[in-house]
Amino acid sequence: MSDLQKLKFYQKGTLTVGNRLVDEAERNVQASRDRSNSLTSGHRACQGCGEALGARYAIDAAMRASGNQLIAVNATGCLEVFTTPFPETSWQMPWMHSLFGNAAAVATGVAAAMRVTGRPTVRVVAQGGDGGTTDIGFGCLSGMFERNDDVLYVCYDNEGYMNTGVQRSSATPPTARTATTPAVGAEPGNVFGTGKFVPKIAMAHEIPYVATASVADLHDLEAKVTKAMGVRGARYIQIHVPCPLGWGAASHDTIKLARLAIETGLFPIFEAEHGRVTQVRKIRRRTPVVEYLKLQRRFTHLLRGGEADPRVARLQAIADRHIEEYGLAEAAT
Amino acid sequence: MLHQIEGSKAMAQAIALCRPQVVCAYPITPQTHIVEGLGEIIREGELDNCEFINVESEFAALSVAIGASAAGARAYTATASQGLLFMAEAVYNAAGLGLPIVMTLGNRAIGAPINIWNDHSDSMAMRESGWLQLFAETNQEAVDLHIIAFRLAEELSVPTMVCVDGFILTHAVERVDLPEQAQVDAYLPPYEPVQSLDPNDPISIGAMVGPEAFTEVRYLQYYKQQQALGLIEQLSDEFAELFGRASGGLLRTYNVEDAELVVVAMGSICGTIKDVIDEMAADGVRVGLVTLTTFRPFPTEALNAALSDAKDVLVIDRSLDVGMGGPLASNVAIALREMLRPPQLFSAIAGLGGRPVPKTSLHRLFRQAAIQPWSGVHFLDLNERVIAREIHRRGKSRRAGPTAEAILKQLGQERAARLARMPR
Repeated sequence: MSDLQKLKFYQKGTLTVGNRLVDEAERNVQASRDRSNSLTSGHRACQGCGEALGARYAIDAAMRASGNQLIAVNATGCLEVFTTPFPETSWQMPWMHSLFGNAAAVATGVAAAMRVTGRPTVRVVAQGGDGGTTDIGFGCLSGMFERNDDVLYVCYDNEGYMNTGVQRSSATPPTARTATTPAVGAEPGNVFGTGKFVPKIAMAHEIPYVATASVADLHDLEAKVTKAMGVRGARYIQIHVPCPLGWGAASHDTIKLARLAIETGLFPIFEAEHGRVTQVRKIRRRTPVVEYLKLQRRFTHLLRGGEADPRVARLQAIADRHIEEYGLAEAAT
Repeated sequence: MLHQIEGSKAMAQAIALCRPQVVCAYPITPQTHIVEGLGEIIREGELDNCEFINVESEFAALSVAIGASAAGARAYTATASQGLLFMAEAVYNAAGLGLPIVMTLGNRAIGAPINIWNDHSDSMAMRESGWLQLFAETNQEAVDLHIIAFRLAEELSVPTMVCVDGFILTHAVERVDLPEQAQVDAYLPPYEPVQSLDPNDPISIGAMVGPEAFTEVRYLQYYKQQQALGLIEQLSDEFAELFGRASGGLLRTYNVEDAELVVVAMGSICGTIKDVIDEMAADGVRVGLVTLTTFRPFPTEALNAALSDAKDVLVIDRSLDVGMGGPLASNVAIALREMLRPPQLFSAIAGLGGRPVPKTSLHRLFRQAAIQPWSGVHFLDLNERVIAREIHRRGKSRRAGPTAEAILKQLGQERAARLARMPR
């Protein structure tokens, strides 16, 4: 640290605490006194829950964009369980839970009901975790996309079945330890060459709007939800939401981990319209994946042998491929 | 107005007269013509404020209907067989949420072995789901039951299944009296949900319920089905008054007075049974029939009243609870417990997977019940030669291969041998 460091003002206008530094008009929905508090306090999420944070921002932004004329459909999962332990509910909005695998289809039905009962201004959002979206709810999701039904589907991606006790989903990254991919044997943790990235599959449906977002960049998250709400038809946003419990991370590291997932290139942040990528969020400070891995107990088995573990290099290669594929590297200044 | 019309087309028109607002369509034999018919009616713009949604599975079909119904729209879908099982999770969910969806079931066998023909296995597989289940005997009744079903479902806020024998009814062209729109409108008021997703009155629907309240929620479902028993009779009476014909109700009796043997059955088979009863009456053998129109809720009291004079009761099931016997027979047996001197109960399984139930077989069955009663389950027209050979063959080798294919092979060989013996 002998040389003078070039300072970059990362927070202004983009990150959580940046609100104080920008004009009132540019401040995020959560900073507003008339935010709807759709997912209100007192729920039973774990400390540092990325999903609770993501849902709060996403739904309030959607509420503002729709003039509070919004109905939410929820898949079974953490978000459903921690928000509605009746007689309490955290939802200050019309909200419905039906099953694990049918949120997209139920939302289609709600949207149709709004049209046929003369309430076309009421909008519909469906939400679920990665298990409810990329696995069990995938058929209904693809059907909703393919019909271009007027639903915004928000997937809170915490890379596993956390509600049932941290099992592998098709969004679990390679090498991650889960209860069903234990860190034992010749290939510990989740295996390479498996899993799927649903935003890309959503794009293949050529729906009007697909985006990825992260709780590390809540301005961007809100902007994307707002943009999505300005569009009619099927829309999909996958929000990366770290799970302290499932990832074996400190609850105060949720935002840090989400940011590292972006800065390493492991979770690319982009927007796509009608099947084509229209915008990407550049990486500000490219970070080796090991910085991300070492904060999470689900990856500790990789780091026991030091950083030279070949599996770390394979994860780095995945991140590098994302950076190349989506053009995430910041242009040289 | 009288029409010479295919059952499915008639049902589609009757459903359209009920002004559904969201119709979810997924093809599965033998209900497909119903949603095709509805699709045509809706495409032609004959229905105001109605959306026809082509979904990607039966699970989605009912899920879309769940969303639509919870958000205040009158929702309809149709399915059969594998389709009903594929949506099973949503079937229970719709009932638990108390959503008055109406669904037609074109009754069909469940595989394996895959079979597209009629029996009641699909309805029976969902008999404990919390839906009301009404069974049509004729296409006229299939039409009428749909109109009653929407009213019944919405008054109680309970989903209702109209069960219609696949092919025998769905594909049969016969005379049907289709009501006028004004008649249906007078009978069926617009849908007024008991719960609705509405931004101006936000509620949460579908919360987790623990041991402290689950029993009470379930009890109220049971209570509503008990209420349905009275309401079904009332709605059937109102229907008769407005439409000028009797349809629906809990059950119908035929010649049960002085009958020593009373048959209990559901669906289209009852027509054949009545013909046999008439023929036997001509020979001086008195057999009666109770046609159950309502299977869920099970009309215990009405059934016992209808069977009060019977000495023997023969239940004909068109499905098989494999480890137990006939599910309808099991239900009747439970109902008979309430009687002081219950009749003797015989159980027969007939018409599985579309096997015809000819009058001659029923003649034999009814006579056998009188002169040579059996215990346990009787399988009507079982090919015992095939069974014996297959059991023998399987006993000889552990790796005997698949059963269904072996039986078909055996039947094929028998047929080839028969043809070879025929003079050219």
